[in-house]
Amino acid sequence: MGLMKKKWERRHLVEAFMKIIMQVSLFIVTGALGLILWIVIVRGLPSLSWDMVTKIPEGGYYMGKGGGILNAILGSLYLASGGTFLAMVFSVPIALYLKTYLGDSKWGHYVRLSLDVLWGIPSIVYGAFGFTLMIALGIRASLLAGIIILALIELPIMTRAMDEIIRRMPVDLEHAALALGSTKFEVAMRVVTRQMLPGITTAILLGFGRGIGDAASVLFTAGYTDRIPTSLMRPTASLPLAVFFQLGSPYPEVQQRGYAAALILTIIVLAVSLGSRWLSARLNKYTIK
Amino acid sequence: MSLIDNPPQPINKAEGRLSRPSVVARARQDNFARRSFFTFTLLPVLLILIVTIALLVRSWPILQAYPLSDLLFGDVWRPSDGQFGFWPFILGTFWVTTVGVVFAVPACLLTSIYLAEYAHARLRSIAKPVLDLLAAIPPVVYGVWGLVAIVPFVDKVLAPLSDRWLGSVPIFSVNQPTGFGILAAGIVIAVMIAPLIISVMYEIFSTVPNDLRHASLAVGATQWQTIRNIVLPQVAPGILAAIVLGASRALGETIAVLMVVGNIPQVPTSIFDSAYPLPALIANNYGEMMSIPLYDAALLSAALVLLVVILIFNILSILVIQRMRSRKWA
Repeated sequence: MGLMKKKWERRHLVEAFMKIIMQVSLFIVTGALGLILWIVIVRGLPSLSWDMVTKIPEGGYYMGKGGGILNAILGSLYLASGGTFLAMVFSVPIALYLKTYLGDSKWGHYVRLSLDVLWGIPSIVYGAFGFTLMIALGIRASLLAGIIILALIELPIMTRAMDEIIRRMPVDLEHAALALGSTKFEVAMRVVTRQMLPGITTAILLGFGRGIGDAASVLFTAGYTDRIPTSLMRPTASLPLAVFFQLGSPYPEVQQRGYAAALILTIIVLAVSLGSRWLSARLNKYTIK
Repeated sequence: MSLIDNPPQPINKAEGRLSRPSVVARARQDNFARRSFFTFTLLPVLLILIVTIALLVRSWPILQAYPLSDLLFGDVWRPSDGQFGFWPFILGTFWVTTVGVVFAVPACLLTSIYLAEYAHARLRSIAKPVLDLLAAIPPVVYGVWGLVAIVPFVDKVLAPLSDRWLGSVPIFSVNQPTGFGILAAGIVIAVMIAPLIISVMYEIFSTVPNDLRHASLAVGATQWQTIRNIVLPQVAPGILAAIVLGASRALGETIAVLMVVGNIPQVPTSIFDSAYPLPALIANNYGEMMSIPLYDAALLSAALVLLVVILIFNILSILVIQRMRSRKWA
């Protein structure tokens, strides 16, 4: 008997064909990122100027006169940092409690489930909820209201990000500490928090990235203004809304600036996203695996 | 020197460094921490209820004034005359979501199969960050992309093509040739939900133990035969759950859709028609909603409808996915 010759059957053709269309799909999906970035850069770059990022809108800005969107850039940074900070105050204890006290218990299961469900609630619904909250509390559209709603949006993302990372912590570590007589709280504060550090950084940047890009919730809660907010109770502009409103303008110059604002927003978000990847890779070196 | 000559000195509390809080104090601290941390975990669970109840309370006036069926299935939207029919908006949401999911699912399924079953580790390590970046791009930037690239593409390329070849089929007929409409919104949505669907599907595929694949390959099946006959049947519920999860994201997408969908309150008949999904309705009219009676209640009840549908979709799909994850393979 000679060497078995591979007989080409229909199934081998199917295999080759499927492989090709799978590669094509992968190419299309990843290519979409390139396409989006290319469009934003090509459209945004020509009207990106130093004035755009250092000045607030001057008189007649929305008819094409001078000024920039510093109000929106700062407003977005305030909103996203405030929201992320507030979300962190709540998400760190929740993540610690999930790990040290709850583990895979039933209540832990419910908490994780509700976090995942919260993650899926769209920002427009959070915005509408924020609106009802503002009526109930009697506050107007303001930086504070925006921060609170963004914190609610970021909370599930950040908690789950931390949770997923500390879940991978070796149980031996926890057992060793418990065997030496530590209480669970001591395990949480002295062992888990250290192991969690890369998780916390990732979570912060993830939450920040989500917060700075969110438009629908901020529309209801933070309003829009040409001034830089000076207090928590003042309304504030934000980058996504700066893009949105300027693109809706009939003046081509203003639309151009909308594209530039989109480019600025994209740069911030990509920097945050790449930064979190880099940071967590670096910090991961210092955890025990 | 023996221990008897030099008995160990009792640790002096004043020296501080060697002293530890007593066991009782530490237990008390632990107890306090347990309780206060526990209250924090109530927050996410309660938040779902609070959001639902707050919206329900605020939309109560309109639910009292009109029967639910009139609101949901009424097709006249004229708030100033007290007519609040959500039907065109519900259909708009449904069409945009369906078109988005129809575009996204084949590409996502194939991509995730390729990444999970065929791709080398190197390719995976490139694809993952790309998908993460795609997921990180803000909705408004997707909207810009849709406005600049997709709307003209639909207008100049897809609409003429469809007019020429599929013009007689009602859902492909071009009645409003602007490019703005369901198709453009569907394409944008498809790209937006793709990273989520792919990552969930990929994870589900990786739960299948390799033994099953090896057994199939060992009896001479090709890799695709293995995937089709062995892997896919095992993960089918998870795949479905991933699709439902993606659909629930599509349902609530606001800004990106709002920018490309045309926003005309009508009952769409073709994918080239303009539509007006619920989230866009809420976002576009928040400014004047306090000026007309019941308008705010109407918009918040739209948010409530959206929330309820999304909660159901989400909970079902997450439960299925969790089940797949924790599945025991005998």
